[in-house]
Amino acid sequence: MINPQLKKIILGLTLPIIICLIWQYLGELPQLAGLLPTPSKVLLGWSDWIFAKPGMGLNPYLGTWGANVSYSASRVFQGFLLACVIGIPLGLMIGWSRLVSNIVDPLIQSLRPIPITAWLPFSIAIFGIRDFGSIFLIFLGGLYPIVVNTTQGARDIEKNLVRAAMMMGASQLQLLRRVVLPASTPSIFTGLRIGLGVSWTAVIVSEMVAVKSGLGYVLWDAYYVGRMDIVLADMASIGAMGFISDQIIVLIQNKFLSWRILQSH
Amino acid sequence: MSNIEINHLSKTYNSKSPVVALQDISLSVASGEFVALLGPSGCGKSTLLNLIAGFEFPSSGSLKVNNETPKAPGPDRGVVFQEAALFPWLTVWENVIFGPKVNNIPRHEYEHRANQMLRMVGLEDFREHLPVQLSGGMRQRVGIARILTLGSQILLMDEPFGALDAQTRLSMQELLLSVWQKIKPSIIFVTHDIDEALFLADSIYVMSARPGRIDRKINVPLDRPRRLEDTSSEIFRSLRLEILQMIRSSHG
Repeated sequence: MINPQLKKIILGLTLPIIICLIWQYLGELPQLAGLLPTPSKVLLGWSDWIFAKPGMGLNPYLGTWGANVSYSASRVFQGFLLACVIGIPLGLMIGWSRLVSNIVDPLIQSLRPIPITAWLPFSIAIFGIRDFGSIFLIFLGGLYPIVVNTTQGARDIEKNLVRAAMMMGASQLQLLRRVVLPASTPSIFTGLRIGLGVSWTAVIVSEMVAVKSGLGYVLWDAYYVGRMDIVLADMASIGAMGFISDQIIVLIQNKFLSWRILQSH
Repeated sequence: MSNIEINHLSKTYNSKSPVVALQDISLSVASGEFVALLGPSGCGKSTLLNLIAGFEFPSSGSLKVNNETPKAPGPDRGVVFQEAALFPWLTVWENVIFGPKVNNIPRHEYEHRANQMLRMVGLEDFREHLPVQLSGGMRQRVGIARILTLGSQILLMDEPFGALDAQTRLSMQELLLSVWQKIKPSIIFVTHDIDEALFLADSIYVMSARPGRIDRKINVPLDRPRRLEDTSSEIFRSLRLEILQMIRSSHG
């Protein structure tokens, strides 16, 4: 008997391994030479990019992986944190107060359809080729999903929970903090997870154009100098970072929503 | 101490075709009295309760609680909701002390009382449980304990046992009666169950629908404390029949 957990992992790995083997085989055919680096070449390039001593020769992709990952991650962290700090209270207010909703919601709804990529020239014009240009885009990309989902969560609150709190003498502020906020946490976390995904999109796009470091910058730069192995390694790195940061949110979510998890059993 | 006076009260919902939810309601509840509002769904009995609670406001007529017109919900009028309406993210204990906490009452002042009330409803061993881990009857007991901890002199109960199975409902009724005997709050108890109203209340207002109005007030001349055996007594059965006939004729 094979462990069911192990079986699941093996099943999940089967398809990627088959694809890599076919890719490796096709990549080594003389007719296709040079079109795409093979998986083994990508792994080799990636490992040099991570582990090799920097500054050896003219290869700018030696040992700079860690620095670039941390540039991108720290931008995402700052922009996303800003989006949380502004987006969650804003969403709660819009969802809770009709007045705030009438004042703020039209603006948000009319700005929301503008894709964050369309903000690039604006952002560069205002903030220049500097970190904050990138952080602004990440913030904006994360903000909309967080606000919209938080608003929905606050609007969908069970009427009797609010009435119960009012009956016990809760003030408006206490209602927001002690009832509306916790009742909205499931939708807030939905917004956070979507927002984080958009934030990673935003960091890559902005680094391609607005700053000169990070995974997005390397991605475009490597493409220009024809280092497709680095391009692919970079893409995989972005995916891994997105996955890890999402898992962190899930971890926090499970801590906050244990009552919710029990509820669905 | 706590009384409710309602005179010629009406409630109309203004929509395209205005709906008269309540028409010319007059009733009074003396301090410590147990009153039942009995009627079919749509007779406005929950609306009436919401008006007293201060969740909604009358269209005309007067509504006084302790000689004042309620402007908002407040701890003096504790509400027990149909589905308990406990905060699912808080434990039993945190739910029970929610009221004193939002009113900034220091812990040493409410702790003893909260413990006492939890014991009274038989949940002292469940304080760390989340509402989702409790049965329907236990959730309602938390709902009762939290307004008793709050110190409400008026209890507004909106079909609190309607969703419970027959056996649990009976034990909840007995529990409520014993709590009421000990603390003597005024209770307005909304129900559509004739036996429940007869078993619990001093007086029953029988309501009918479209528009919601009070048909009659019936005094229940059963002695206190009431026992299960009372439900098979001659008075009980004849009152039940009388109410049934009244409801039927008003529907005809």
